[in-house]
Amino acid sequence: MPPESRIPSGPLEDKWTDYKSKVKLVSPANKRKHNIIIVGSGLAGASAASSLGELGYNIKCFCIQDSPRRAHSVAAQGGINAAKNYQNDGDSIWRLFYDTIKGGDYRSREANVYRLAEISANIIDHCAAQGVPFAREYGGTLANRSFGGVQVSRTFYARGQTGQQLLLGAYSSLMRQIDTGNVVMYPKREMLDLVVVNDRARGITCRNLATGEIESHTADAVILATGGYGNIYYLSTNGKNSNVTAAWRCYKKGASFANPCFTQIHPTCIPVSGHYQSKLTLMSESLRNDGRAWVPKDKNDKRHPNDIPDEERDYYLERKYPAFGNLVPRDIASRAAKAVCDEGRGVNKQGKAVYLDFASAIERLGVDTIKDRYGNLFDMYEKITGDNPYKQPMKIYPAVHYCMGGLWVDYGLMSNLKGLFVIGEANFSDHGANRLGASALMQGLADGYFVIPYTLGEYLAGAQLESIDENNDEFKGSVDYVSKRINKMLSINGTKTVNEFHRELGSLIWEYVGMSRSKEGLEYVLKEISKLREEFWSNLRIPGKADYFNKYLEMAGRVADFLELGEVMAMDAMLRNESCGGHFREEYQTQDGEALRDDENYSYVSLWDYNEAGRPLSGKENLKFEFVKPTTRSYK
Amino acid sequence: MSENNMTLHLEVWRQESRDSNGKMVKYTVEDVTPDMSFLEMLDVLNEDLIRKGEDPVAFDSDCREGICGTCGMVINGIAHGPERSTSVCQLHMRHFNNGDTIYIEPFRSDAFPIIRDLVVDRSAFDNIISSGGYITVNTGSAPDANTILIPKDVADRAMDSATCIGCGACVAACPNGSASLFTSAKITHMALLPQGGPERETRVKRMVEQMDNQGFGNCSNHGECEAVCPKEISISNIARMRREYLRAVLKK
Repeated sequence: MPPESRIPSGPLEDKWTDYKSKVKLVSPANKRKHNIIIVGSGLAGASAASSLGELGYNIKCFCIQDSPRRAHSVAAQGGINAAKNYQNDGDSIWRLFYDTIKGGDYRSREANVYRLAEISANIIDHCAAQGVPFAREYGGTLANRSFGGVQVSRTFYARGQTGQQLLLGAYSSLMRQIDTGNVVMYPKREMLDLVVVNDRARGITCRNLATGEIESHTADAVILATGGYGNIYYLSTNGKNSNVTAAWRCYKKGASFANPCFTQIHPTCIPVSGHYQSKLTLMSESLRNDGRAWVPKDKNDKRHPNDIPDEERDYYLERKYPAFGNLVPRDIASRAAKAVCDEGRGVNKQGKAVYLDFASAIERLGVDTIKDRYGNLFDMYEKITGDNPYKQPMKIYPAVHYCMGGLWVDYGLMSNLKGLFVIGEANFSDHGANRLGASALMQGLADGYFVIPYTLGEYLAGAQLESIDENNDEFKGSVDYVSKRINKMLSINGTKTVNEFHRELGSLIWEYVGMSRSKEGLEYVLKEISKLREEFWSNLRIPGKADYFNKYLEMAGRVADFLELGEVMAMDAMLRNESCGGHFREEYQTQDGEALRDDENYSYVSLWDYNEAGRPLSGKENLKFEFVKPTTRSYK
Repeated sequence: MSENNMTLHLEVWRQESRDSNGKMVKYTVEDVTPDMSFLEMLDVLNEDLIRKGEDPVAFDSDCREGICGTCGMVINGIAHGPERSTSVCQLHMRHFNNGDTIYIEPFRSDAFPIIRDLVVDRSAFDNIISSGGYITVNTGSAPDANTILIPKDVADRAMDSATCIGCGACVAACPNGSASLFTSAKITHMALLPQGGPERETRVKRMVEQMDNQGFGNCSNHGECEAVCPKEISISNIARMRREYLRAVLKK
């Protein structure tokens, strides 16, 4: 029986307004009596903690970093979308909604996406009021730039550090609530279990990463804001500590996982340079505003890029997609790069890179303008590669960047497990099968600042919650489970390090559940993951002990969960016999290699439920399109 | 093995906990390639130590692209190492030579107690920010963003200060262990913007007081902070902090 999505009835543009007007409220005097746990302090978590603190709730906020300011939202570069239409170029709430639904290849809910577009403008207002130093025009108004998959200029930015500045804005509001005493921060804590009492989420068990102590925390509701699971690929643009563990613990306690195979491969990242590589670095999509992607027409052309004349270059995105050119959505740009490299036209030693060239933009606009727009990105590129992108084209290649899939939530962002809310990248909610650039920051902040304050109140106002404390059996049982698992991992004392396992898992997932997938490959990888998991639990070596800062113990717990998630991702990819967005099944493509979607059979959100007895159970939430008609996505 | 690969000798600070005594310990790392980052070189060392059954060197990192501020260590006496405007994770081994001996220590300051080896506790920074390093605005109450006009050069200068990543290199480099560059960057960012106006005086007074309470030293214009800052935050922020402080005290 699929969970109820609880989408309000009525016209699309009235749903959220009606919901807000009619939703049950918690009185100010009673808000003080509710303890709320927020796990994660990125854009979603910090914005939720500050907004709920302002309303008067008692908040405990947990993060794995040593300060909430370091959450991985900090690394987002390019910008944040909002339907302000400040550029007078035809933008509107409807257009942002439509672009997002279409960009997601019609695999998201209309009502959620429309609400996101509606809220987008409020986010910019709030962030500007917090003192976020957005880029501005000479007259003092806010500046915009374009991003992939759209034909308007609606992206707000702060150089190439938009995520950092928005996070520091949310962090400063969070710090204000700490100052007023409404929020207590618990840094260096990793959630290792969700505690469920009488079918409701009532707390967490976590480990203090500095001391190793296992702690219990009770609450009336738990809000998960723990980001995505892209690190399953080992090499990704995620921070080294980003992981699926908190979400996976919730899945194992009964929360459904939605669309796990919908992962996003970002087209413009710095290519892999060696086997020791620990992570990949993104080069913001905003670069595609002025950068032109190309490879030599002739695969045997090994000349320096500056020596290859224009007519011997293949600007493949401009050739294949004349309407959107270099600004096609991410999934399309990534596959196009892979295709030209598969033809043998890749431009680095490994044959896995394409050029992103700024020469014509520099000629048109001058070096200073380019420096103003992308200076810090160009510097970062030079630091990592040793090449100067003002003088020669960048080399780039796709890399894992974001996960559209995540824990299932209803319209109010509550999972099927009552009292467990999931916000930001950790949920599956708004991006369908492919996220548009500059929309992750928008969604994280929309969920935290503007959605959860209403929907949490609705839950609390209607819930009968008995009083509990840490001595409750469920809490004690959870501590016991967490401690035993840690001891079990430490006692294996095998020969292989956690990084070796992670790297092996990552290359399997990248190869078979990455940019393109096939039934045969998925069947193979399912067997391999299962073998690797068995080996993990019999041959892992973790150095040291559990009662102090032990990075390798932390990582082992995360890799153990990735080894389970990988299986569910592959099963999900296998079940979806179509190509849509980031999910490309080789068996389902048009003659010219474009994705072939199957709306008749797969217009649904896939759900996975943990099953103690064996394989996970699959379910679905059918998607209804009342206001837009799904069409074949074309950017030609 | 490529001919460019290096063998490096390391001397690394090892300390089990906050209260235990630490010491420098020697290691050798082979097959270091020029394209590796400094942290990847330490990853390679640790993998080797784990295989040999020894205790790996504790260090922390997250984004590994120079923006989260998690990593940080003193390399050959310089916070974040020899390259200017570069955090450790963005420092690449092409800046070292085969046979080099590299000394690696934590960011040292009384206000940053050591958790283990190279990992320090920088919660003192959060305490400074929670003492007024914000603009009071409740969600939902903001006017349309374009009703507040900010000249481009002012926004750009505010951004120059706001770009601080809170890594703590400024404190580690300062002979006095002062947190003035960190604190002044936030004060400057908010003092430049009209949104920061209403709380301008209380903010600077509270933040400076908290900075002192956390046990950081005073600034005596050595300028070491600016030299090591991975984000090139200018020491002129400290001058502004002093002006702001004086202004606040004189105003009332």
